[in-house]
Amino acid sequence: MAAPRVLILRAPGTNCDEETAYAFQLAGAQAERVHVNRLIENPALAARYQILCVPGGFSYGDDIAAGRILAGRMQRHLAPMLQDFCGENDDRLMLGICNGMQVLMRLGVLAGGVGEESAGTLTWNEHGRFEDRWVHLKVDPQSSCVFLKDIDQMYLPMAHAEGRFVAASAEALQRLEQQGRLALRYCDPAGRYGSQPSAFPINPNGSDADVAGVCDASGRVFGLMPHPERFIDPTHHPFWTRREESSEAGEGLKMFQNAVDYFS
Amino acid sequence: MPLWQIDIYPAETQADRDGQRISEEIHELGLADDVQVTFARGYLVQGDLNYEAAQTMAQTMLADPITERTVVALAGQDTLNEPPGDQATLVYVLPKPGVMDPVAMSTQAAARDAGLAVDSVRTIRKYWLPELEPQRLEQICRRALSNDAIEQVVVGPLEMDQLDVGSGYEFEKIVVPIRELDDAALEHLSQSGQLYLTLVEMQTIAAHFRELGRDPTDIELESIAQTWSEHCSHKTLAGRIAYRGPGPDGQAEGDRRQYDNMLKETIFAATEQIRKTLGDGDWCVSVFKDNAGVVTFDDQYHACFKVETHNHPSALEPYGGANTGIGGVIRDPLGTGMGAKPVCNTDVFCFAPPDTDPASLPPGVLHPRRVIKGVVEGVRDYGNRMGIPTVNGAVYFDRRYLGNPLVYCGNAGIIPVGMEDKQVQPDDYIVALGGRTGRDGIHGATFSSAELTSESESLSGGAVQIGNAITEKMVADVLLQARDAGLYNAVTDCGAGGFSSAVGEMGEEIGAEVWLEKAPLKYEGLSYTEIWISEAQERMVLSVPADKWDRLRELAESEGVEATVIGKFVPTGRLQLQYDGETVGDLSMQFLHDGRPPVIRDAVYHPAPESELAIAPELSSAEAHRKTLEKILGSLNVASKHWVIRQYDHEVQGGSVVKPLVGPLCDGPGDAAVVRPRLESRRGLVFSCGMNPHYGDFDTYHMATSAIDEAVRNAVAVGADPQRLAILDNFCWGYTDRAETLGSLVRAAIACQDLAVALGTPFISGKDSLNNEFSYVDESGEKQTISIPPSLLISAMGQVADVRNCVTMDLKKPGNRVYLIGDTYRELGGSHFALVRELAGGHVPQVHAQQAAKTFAAVHAAIQTGAVRACHDLSEGGLAVAAAEMAFAGAAGMELDIAAVAEQVSGATEALFSESNTRFLIEVRADSAGAFEAQFADAGVTCLPLGTVTAKETLTVRAGEDLVLQAETQRLKAIWQSPLDW
Repeated sequence: MAAPRVLILRAPGTNCDEETAYAFQLAGAQAERVHVNRLIENPALAARYQILCVPGGFSYGDDIAAGRILAGRMQRHLAPMLQDFCGENDDRLMLGICNGMQVLMRLGVLAGGVGEESAGTLTWNEHGRFEDRWVHLKVDPQSSCVFLKDIDQMYLPMAHAEGRFVAASAEALQRLEQQGRLALRYCDPAGRYGSQPSAFPINPNGSDADVAGVCDASGRVFGLMPHPERFIDPTHHPFWTRREESSEAGEGLKMFQNAVDYFS
Repeated sequence: MPLWQIDIYPAETQADRDGQRISEEIHELGLADDVQVTFARGYLVQGDLNYEAAQTMAQTMLADPITERTVVALAGQDTLNEPPGDQATLVYVLPKPGVMDPVAMSTQAAARDAGLAVDSVRTIRKYWLPELEPQRLEQICRRALSNDAIEQVVVGPLEMDQLDVGSGYEFEKIVVPIRELDDAALEHLSQSGQLYLTLVEMQTIAAHFRELGRDPTDIELESIAQTWSEHCSHKTLAGRIAYRGPGPDGQAEGDRRQYDNMLKETIFAATEQIRKTLGDGDWCVSVFKDNAGVVTFDDQYHACFKVETHNHPSALEPYGGANTGIGGVIRDPLGTGMGAKPVCNTDVFCFAPPDTDPASLPPGVLHPRRVIKGVVEGVRDYGNRMGIPTVNGAVYFDRRYLGNPLVYCGNAGIIPVGMEDKQVQPDDYIVALGGRTGRDGIHGATFSSAELTSESESLSGGAVQIGNAITEKMVADVLLQARDAGLYNAVTDCGAGGFSSAVGEMGEEIGAEVWLEKAPLKYEGLSYTEIWISEAQERMVLSVPADKWDRLRELAESEGVEATVIGKFVPTGRLQLQYDGETVGDLSMQFLHDGRPPVIRDAVYHPAPESELAIAPELSSAEAHRKTLEKILGSLNVASKHWVIRQYDHEVQGGSVVKPLVGPLCDGPGDAAVVRPRLESRRGLVFSCGMNPHYGDFDTYHMATSAIDEAVRNAVAVGADPQRLAILDNFCWGYTDRAETLGSLVRAAIACQDLAVALGTPFISGKDSLNNEFSYVDESGEKQTISIPPSLLISAMGQVADVRNCVTMDLKKPGNRVYLIGDTYRELGGSHFALVRELAGGHVPQVHAQQAAKTFAAVHAAIQTGAVRACHDLSEGGLAVAAAEMAFAGAAGMELDIAAVAEQVSGATEALFSESNTRFLIEVRADSAGAFEAQFADAGVTCLPLGTVTAKETLTVRAGEDLVLQAETQRLKAIWQSPLDW
């Protein structure tokens, strides 16, 4: 099959679009950066793509709250397109990275469904400020997330201020966990995470149940706070200079390859 | 029209983090203990909304349904005044009218997008405090909750029924009768009009208009003041200077020089000489003429770099000052050539110590702790939002920065080969792109050229601004697309002086006609002069051919960015300003740019007399050495800056190679940052800096050469090629009308010239900020002035052919060998040893230029062989600190014998702590040791084998038989991390 086409959604303040497009391309996809205004003018554009990716950045300045304004615009102007992508009969993929996850979370598509009340939210880091830090991540083995297939553990950078996952209630958290939707967790180097938030900096923001990424029931829609596109080259690793032998690629690349392989 | 107030509190299940943070700050600032604060953020929303609509807006747009709760009411209603807890005192903080409020702007746009009839929005902060005595409450409001320069405080209910949106403007042309004024009246006009021109300059202007037979309008006078300001014209340093300084053998005033243009004849001259020597191999592209200096990078791209300062605005409003400082310098690469893509930021700050006693603060001075937090947050919020990684920086502390902190912000970019030049064409439209013009930032250029006083806050509040990073990001998105589509002939940024400087500069060779009423405004009521000199942020000026205008306008519109034709470049040689068809200004470009009388200054320099630094025997034991090391590691200049670094996104854009924090735990102090600006390429850019204000107290010559050496060795330590290093100068100095102060600067400039030529390291751009002094009247009625120490920042941009050859400073493997490269001298003057042991005197570190050049080349060659596993430069704290840092960064230890070093100086103490320049501590693969030593022997560079890396996390140093230092590296790390672990 031809390389899947990726729509990298751009908005005022989006700033990880170029490197995210590059990561998809490196993985064999064909990525195009499209401004949200173009999509609103012509929502039918979306039909040309197999993957919709909302990349990182500060959409609309993250004014009011992170991702809030872009999510509002998408909800109002692009609801049918979102329905299509997330629908049960669809087999396309959607990925939100960092600000993109914040957008998808506010749209409700990660912890709820389209138009449903979300069972969780993302709010200010426990320590109340922006933090750039590499974190260990463990994939929930129950997860059916397409992007995380055959990945057990990753080491990726996070860089955000509003990434603390808070579930609407203890029951909601349990339900999401049982469904394998709390797909990616902050963990210690040995891969251990907890049902209570692990201590800083293992859990860098105080997320409930160490949650770093959430996927929908189908496993096709996924959002994560850390940045896989920032670890696709061996020299991205924070201490690559300690290695005697250089690896082929960064650990984040596998996520993009999984997305491409899904369509092969 | 109803005015709704929407208060947003944390939900019951959530902690009130903002309230707790403010409570801590009140405590830290010494204002009160245990003041419980409840915080709400809020919005004032004016519009045709009923209660249900306001509720919906609150709950679906403004608040999070899980973590927040809202209170919605018409402004002034009682429900808003009901305390949510025990605290009964209500305090509101609002931005003053006209101050940039980006959240309000976004909220307004989002509400309209959602179909709500919202007219205008303003954000508010709401604090509930316990009952406090009035004086204490006033202090808390002023010092912890708000900043006078941009915000207003309301204690008690907010009595407000509509939001001010500016009032109309009635055109009136103002003529300033200047021809008949005597000297005293001219001086008074210069001060009261905030023109900050000298008497001679005012006389020149008066004479010019006498010749013309008319008086100037206000806008003409302002245009001249902006163009002639120190900030825009650098008239002092580019002026005539008669200099007398110490001669080569030290005799007083043995060195006499006469400059017509001091900068041109020292720093620029060095670059010219280097370029000539390089001949066909010249890799400089555009130096000292555009907004940033440009050098070659690869076949397809050039790289450019610029560092600016934003000191005076940051003193008054740290957040806004630093925010617009980084925003402003990002526009420099954007406005270089046809526009460069910004790829990374740098930041260097100078503050007073954060533990300064609040009671000791002079009037009008913010506490250093607030300054530090505000500045860091200002840089963070702009850089992160722009999506530009902040990769390198430094923080220095000295009490003399109390009223006048320094904020240096840098930005580097890449620009396609062939795009490095620009040319305005006659009949091109003058197009303003980006943010709207408001009353903010009026008189920034002239204000920054004057000294700060305790009155500055009230006098120049208008010069202080808040930025809106997203607007600038959108401008950058449009600009780079327009560049690649060839839609304009030239571009520059709107910085100090606003349109007046940008249009004035672009039209200098041709002439320009400006239609001021066309400029889009944030609100009504601006006079034509305010439009012309406003320094409102996030604006660029383009020179657009008429046949490209429609395409540019459409492109801008498609990205939601405003582009407006505000005039035309016309071949008249004049600057013609119109408002609604009426001419309000008409100046010859020639008078504007060349009419300024030359500034003529005397400069004299006498370095501090040399004296010996005596090391008491009790400071020379192994135990004392350990204590000294601990004190230095725990001193503010050396201590870990992770609290700052981690608030910056240093990896966005995906090109990060060597990060600011290195080692297996990502907590070691890296020497320089490395980034790949092109994701598909292995070629890298290296960023480092050097500065040491303490050395300037001894001799500014050696301070300057030491700063250059430090910047270069930091870059070389990670693998940069010393043959391809470009450097920038940023002089921040005191009041240069004083011959002694100017003399100390000229001496530093001569040092820059000498060492740049010797190393073959060209300056490609620079900037100066003079008159950095703070004056106030003390309790006894005496005028007191605090002058900053001479502060020369050298920033370096290096290159690496393949980033996979880079090295970091953390120790890698037990058994590897450790070498000290370079010679150690008896140089404890201005050192951190002297600082923490409170000792005066000693010899300040010097640079031995020829040896330095050889050393840098040899270290680079060694790194290229792959033998080097870790490399760290020796700077503050000397060998002991470098060894400790390498050990704890690598979670390892070292066993060293420094007998050979001790022999070069007076003994082990000096060997451990001397801060001699051009030295590196290097870890070498055990099996490469022989070849490594041979390489340095061939190069004629000292290479002393000191010992080995150990797995045991202990630093053990002997001098022959004697143990001279032993310390657990984990303990050292904890001491190093704690002072600024906020």
